[in-house]
Amino acid sequence: MVVIPFQQVLDAHRDRVWRVVVATAGPQDADDAFQEAWLSALRAYPRLPEGANVEAWLVTIAHRKAIDVHRGRARRAIPAGEDLPETAVHDEPPPDDALWEAVRALPAGQRAAVTLRYAGDLRPHEVAEALRISPEAARRRIADGLKNLRQEVQPA
Amino acid sequence: MTRLPTDFGAPPPELLDRLVARAADEGLLDVAYARVDSPVGPLLAARTPRGLVRLAYEDFNGGEELVVADLAARLSPRVLEAPARLDDVRRELDEYFAGRRDRFDIPIDLGLVRTDFGRRVLQATAKIPFGQTSTYAGVAGGAGNPAAVRAAGTALGRNPIPIIVPCHRVLRSGGALGGYTGGVERKQLLLALEGRQP
Repeated sequence: MVVIPFQQVLDAHRDRVWRVVVATAGPQDADDAFQEAWLSALRAYPRLPEGANVEAWLVTIAHRKAIDVHRGRARRAIPAGEDLPETAVHDEPPPDDALWEAVRALPAGQRAAVTLRYAGDLRPHEVAEALRISPEAARRRIADGLKNLRQEVQPA
Repeated sequence: MTRLPTDFGAPPPELLDRLVARAADEGLLDVAYARVDSPVGPLLAARTPRGLVRLAYEDFNGGEELVVADLAARLSPRVLEAPARLDDVRRELDEYFAGRRDRFDIPIDLGLVRTDFGRRVLQATAKIPFGQTSTYAGVAGGAGNPAAVRAAGTALGRNPIPIIVPCHRVLRSGGALGGYTGGVERKQLLLALEGRQP
């Protein structure tokens, strides 16, 4: 049995996981999401079946953890008017984020499919495997998601 | 639109450092490793939560990648490069090579040693003081079986933690040098460093 040291998995996929957490959680929550995703992967790694698709596995974990972290912070958010931290003035968000903000507003199924496909760089059949849906359903969600984005981002 | 922009760059390096620290805090870092340079060549040091488990001469063990792969296969796949967690090992080795340290205080984990006898041989070896030597028969006796000289030699040849478990201090009866896990030249160098000119 070949056991790949986790460091090798981290080296090979850290940028991919980073893209998924930034796309899913937004730049503000990306650091936390990145940590939670890798800790979760490290915890489960010894039980990962041999021959498993490591990319699809990691991207799925990263997407889920990023959603958790993003939601968790939204719930804890301080209402405006109370002690706002002095650092509340943020830099302009990177231009890419506007588009991903629109992705985050898609229905959950489309959002996951689009994120796994483009930020996770998974192929449509891998997206299907990761989301446990048929390849046709995955293609449809990606196409529908992109269609919605077009209407959202490029108003007529 | 067939692509979405994903020019998010790479995670900041300090984020990766914090990840390793948290993995250790949460008991998820089974093996931490780092390269350690030394006057006897590059070493790869690895520790478990119990102690130093491996100190490998890279050139005699197929290089860093193979040593790390072996740790993953024999100990746990939860292996991360974590130089800060090997700082004490690096410091004690530096002091030893600078002639400022004659015994190591780092806890040792003999988890890579397969047999009870092998562990006892290495425990006996660990007790040989700086600058002194013993024999294969001597450590076999120290391990409780004076007749098992050949088995003691095998256990020393497989010592996963050379230098710190000082198998270089074990010579043949009569004073011949015997073998060494990092090559006989290194055995001579280490003995010379400790003031022995065999």
